Amino acid sequence: MSEPMKNAAMFVFVAALILMTGFAQSWSTALLILNMGLISAIMALGLNLQWGFAGLFNVGVMGFVALGGLAAVLVSMPPTTEAWAAGGVRLISGLLVGAAVIVAAALTFKYMKKSKLRGLIVLVILVGGFFLYRAVFDPGVNAVEAVNPAGTGYLGGLGLPVLLAWPVGGLLAAGAAWIIGKSALGLRSDYLAIATLGIAEIILAILKNEDWLARGVKNVVGLPRPVPYEVDLQSDPAFIEKAAGLGLDPVTASSLYIKLAYGALFAVVLAVLLILAQLALNSPWGRMMRAIRDNEVAAEAMGKDVTARHLQIFILGSACCGIAGAMMTTLDGQLIPTSYQPLRFTFLIWVMVIVGGSGNNFGAVLGGFLIWFLWVQVEPIGLWLMQTITAPLPEGSALKDHLIGSAAHMRLLTMGVILILVLRFSPRGLIPER
Amino acid sequence: MDILNAIVALSNFVLIPAIAYGSQLALGALGVTLIYGILRFSNFAHGDTMAFGTMVTILVTWWFQSMGLSFGVLPTALLALPLGIAACMALVLATDRMVYRFYREQKAKPVILVIVSIGVMFVLNGLVRFIIGPGDQRFADGERFIINARDFKEMTGLEEGLAFKTTQGITVVTAVIVVALLFWFLNRTRTGKSMRAYSDNEDLALLSGISPDRVVMVTWLIVAALATVAGTLYGLDKSFKPFTYFQLLLPIFASAIVGGLGSPVGAIAGGFIIAFSEVFITYAWKKVLEYLMPESLEPSGLVQLLSTDYKFAVSFVILLIVLLFRPTGLFRGKAV
Repeated sequence: MSEPMKNAAMFVFVAALILMTGFAQSWSTALLILNMGLISAIMALGLNLQWGFAGLFNVGVMGFVALGGLAAVLVSMPPTTEAWAAGGVRLISGLLVGAAVIVAAALTFKYMKKSKLRGLIVLVILVGGFFLYRAVFDPGVNAVEAVNPAGTGYLGGLGLPVLLAWPVGGLLAAGAAWIIGKSALGLRSDYLAIATLGIAEIILAILKNEDWLARGVKNVVGLPRPVPYEVDLQSDPAFIEKAAGLGLDPVTASSLYIKLAYGALFAVVLAVLLILAQLALNSPWGRMMRAIRDNEVAAEAMGKDVTARHLQIFILGSACCGIAGAMMTTLDGQLIPTSYQPLRFTFLIWVMVIVGGSGNNFGAVLGGFLIWFLWVQVEPIGLWLMQTITAPLPEGSALKDHLIGSAAHMRLLTMGVILILVLRFSPRGLIPER
Repeated sequence: MDILNAIVALSNFVLIPAIAYGSQLALGALGVTLIYGILRFSNFAHGDTMAFGTMVTILVTWWFQSMGLSFGVLPTALLALPLGIAACMALVLATDRMVYRFYREQKAKPVILVIVSIGVMFVLNGLVRFIIGPGDQRFADGERFIINARDFKEMTGLEEGLAFKTTQGITVVTAVIVVALLFWFLNRTRTGKSMRAYSDNEDLALLSGISPDRVVMVTWLIVAALATVAGTLYGLDKSFKPFTYFQLLLPIFASAIVGGLGSPVGAIAGGFIIAFSEVFITYAWKKVLEYLMPESLEPSGLVQLLSTDYKFAVSFVILLIVLLFRPTGLFRGKAV
């Protein structure tokens, strides 16, 4: 079988898995898997840019995804005018002071001659600046968070259409990636890994703590949607008629319709990003990237600016993750900072890229769908397995209850085993790099 | 008197917790640094190895408790610790045999081993949650305090109480013993010396007849023991939760890198640097300052530089500063 045929067959196989879910379980579940699969594929595509094209070891995917989610809130939620009036100006000026302090310290460090005095001055600027920043910033925070804390207590967003949040999420993630890349990209691969791991945790800590920004752990719920509401569809006579024509009751039909609409939107984004990534991979720029990845020294000798190229691709990959994060928050309709777990949002994406085939965009997309499917389905399969194994045990036995209760944790185990097996027996993944 | 009160408050809330936490981090970082020095990769599964060893210790502790076995004033977990270490040793040797050895023989790039260790991390994480569940487990028993706050106040007549928990005392004593044993082993015994030789220069070590398999095996055994001890101490002092142990990965790595990856002394120094800065920056200084400052200058706020949830940020910023200005760490670690 030829190479493209084999790859197409694998995509058909994953599609068949999702269709089987539709027939065996429910179409609602199947569409949920499909939608999150599309989002996962975009995340995998972003990570593949960084790891597959350039060999950058980024384990901070979760942070960029969360930033995308933040963008969805900041763009689409209506602004809280009272909060702005209460402390908005103070907050913003506090942030500006903070930024100014950092810039001043950086400039001093850059332009003064190396001496003990320089270190001292930078330290004074930073410490003094910190207290100044807190003095300006803290009253603003208190004022904003005091405004109706049960309902809002944050500055709110811009009240713009939520679709706009997707590119904004990408930009926000790209901005963060620029800052991180500037400071950490010169480091060796495993230092970069630890650095990105830390940054992701910090971004999460900010999201959880800064209530004025996105309500912290009080969560933002009820984000506006790019698609109609189920209730509206159910009361629309034209829709009910169409649903009846297909032999569906209006409630099921509306829920499926909404999921399909989301799926279509996500598919368009994935298609655009995939085409762009393919064009980039096959362009001179893509070849240069792979040359840098395979031999940095040789590439540098050829006059390629390795650090600048790394920064560039780090930003692009992170932007993809940010877009996916904004899309996911839009799909959920809420931002819940505590739901971001590194195993799920960083390391699972790594499993997707490695299993799919690092360095190959189609591989990353395939991995995204396949691993997401398994992530969802391992749980019921594990439960079934446990019930079968424990069937001979008497009813009410402690061991039986424990095994069945713990079946949910099988998914982590399975993902680890899959990753280890793929690395051992097929290290280049399902669709290897050409 | 006020100065004494300030010192007591400082010891109670900052120094003692930071020393205990620092010892736990140092033990964890020693494991990471040894793996890095001998096997030459950053082991992402270290936090979950700690969790696994601790989990076995907890299960054995419960078993002992159900048999009515206890260790007097000390926690029963200390009795169970050897069994936990043994189980953890068996686990790491099995993972090495089944997973890592293949890549070592292939001479795979370090970064591939890191990804492999992510796979191992998933498996161990799943295993621990599967066996003991994702929730919080407390397993400390025995006497709770060496000195409790009220006795201290009565003893000294000071306003501030000083509480010194048994678990903190045990942590420090155990850490000192373990570190002393480790350094004795590395510097005095033949196997320890061959380990250092292997870490310094692999080719030269092989040339002089050092068996790499033996060095690797001994390293894993030591790492398993360190990880279990560190995990159990942390669990006794705070509580055991699989996810927390996974999160410990960040401060542990920060400690190891700040000290210089591959350098055992550095790992210990790094552990204490990270622990002290985390506690210093996230502690609300109001109480200490109240004693030290004249009444008119007393602070009105909590004087907390950063909220406790930002403790990761602290380890991270220190890490970044050290990496930018002294990329091989404070004690000149190695760079693979």
